[in-house]
Amino acid sequence: MIEYRIDRRSGVATYLQIVQQTKQALRLGLLEPGDRLPTAREVVEALAINPNTVLKAYRELEREGLVEGRRGLGTFVRRTLGEGKAADGALRAELAQWLVRARRAGLEQDDITALFTSVLSGSDSEPNQGDEE
Amino acid sequence: MTAAIEAHGLGRRFRRGGWALRDCSFRLPAGRICALIGPNGAGKSTLLALAAGVLKPTEGTLTTPPREAIAYVSQDKPLHPQLTVAETLRMGADLNPGRWDAAVAGKVVEGGGLDPARRVRALSGGQRSRLALALALGKRPTLLLLDEALSDVDPLARRELMGALLATATEDGTTVLMSSHILSELEDACDHLLLIDGGRVRLGGSVDDLLQAHTLVSGPISDLAPHTVVTARATGRRLTALIRPEGPVSTDGGGWQVEEPTLEELVLAHLGAPGVPALLTTAMEAAA
Repeated sequence: MIEYRIDRRSGVATYLQIVQQTKQALRLGLLEPGDRLPTAREVVEALAINPNTVLKAYRELEREGLVEGRRGLGTFVRRTLGEGKAADGALRAELAQWLVRARRAGLEQDDITALFTSVLSGSDSEPNQGDEE
Repeated sequence: MTAAIEAHGLGRRFRRGGWALRDCSFRLPAGRICALIGPNGAGKSTLLALAAGVLKPTEGTLTTPPREAIAYVSQDKPLHPQLTVAETLRMGADLNPGRWDAAVAGKVVEGGGLDPARRVRALSGGQRSRLALALALGKRPTLLLLDEALSDVDPLARRELMGALLATATEDGTTVLMSSHILSELEDACDHLLLIDGGRVRLGGSVDDLLQAHTLVSGPISDLAPHTVVTARATGRRLTALIRPEGPVSTDGGGWQVEEPTLEELVLAHLGAPGVPALLTTAMEAAA
């Protein structure tokens, strides 16, 4: 079961943080079709946030076709994102190795994020080889 | 939508003269979780005591659920100092026949590791707050009134207690009206806001509606009519203002930035501008 974390200083609306964390879990294969999301009551109790905030997030996920509410049973995952390719073990291992090298070269967390983001946005102009979904 | 609280021209005079609360008209729809915000001395405690039926109005009317369906935690949390924690809970059961939920109350007490054999007089302020909240939630009220109920609880326990409170409210559809002079304590928990200052209602409505009714604009100094200006501040040749748009905001002339304010900006702007007319959005407007 996914556990949400809310960063109050991020400036990102709380409901959007729930949407984003759910999508990330779908991409990483941590959530799969058929899995149940926590009930609104469970999220409200754990995070001390308004129930409408949770319902708004779940409605957004439902609108995007990622989850569906089943009356009296809960909210369930309908499909993954990116076919769960981000869960690929080999790519993840390579990235982990690269990260070790980056740290050895003296890069800090923010340097790594900046470098990764920069390369990622630069690669937009190259022809897309993998099929998106 | 039925109202859990409806006030018409509600007023309460201080014994020593002057008004603690005046001309207070609003409705709080059932099932809403509403923050009651205002500076010290604004009239928050008076309004909650009136809603709880502990104080009688000097003028106007107030409609609430029946007394046995209301739970009220006042700032001074009247508990019997000579009773133990367990005896206090037993008293809660005796006073609320047919309503009392021992499991809910017990869970709140256990969450803080309160020793059932401990006397109330030996509890810390935060522990008393926890016990008072356990009594209130154990009643499974349809209307829960909290007057700065969690202000002396440490941050970790506050989050746990707020979580327990909201979970119970979610399950039962409880209407909650809770006060604080610190907005950030309640911002995540509430879907409605009632702002009072100087004994009068300044803002009331769903948080989303209130935010949408206001716009933060900045640009070259110019006439902001026909919009209602809440606050405006000029720095050099630029003007920053919080307005209630009457119709679309014209951004002609260029250089205008338009943003949605945060709830905190909205509250602070209104507290700094006592002359600006009150605004109640349709959700909280009292029926004529």
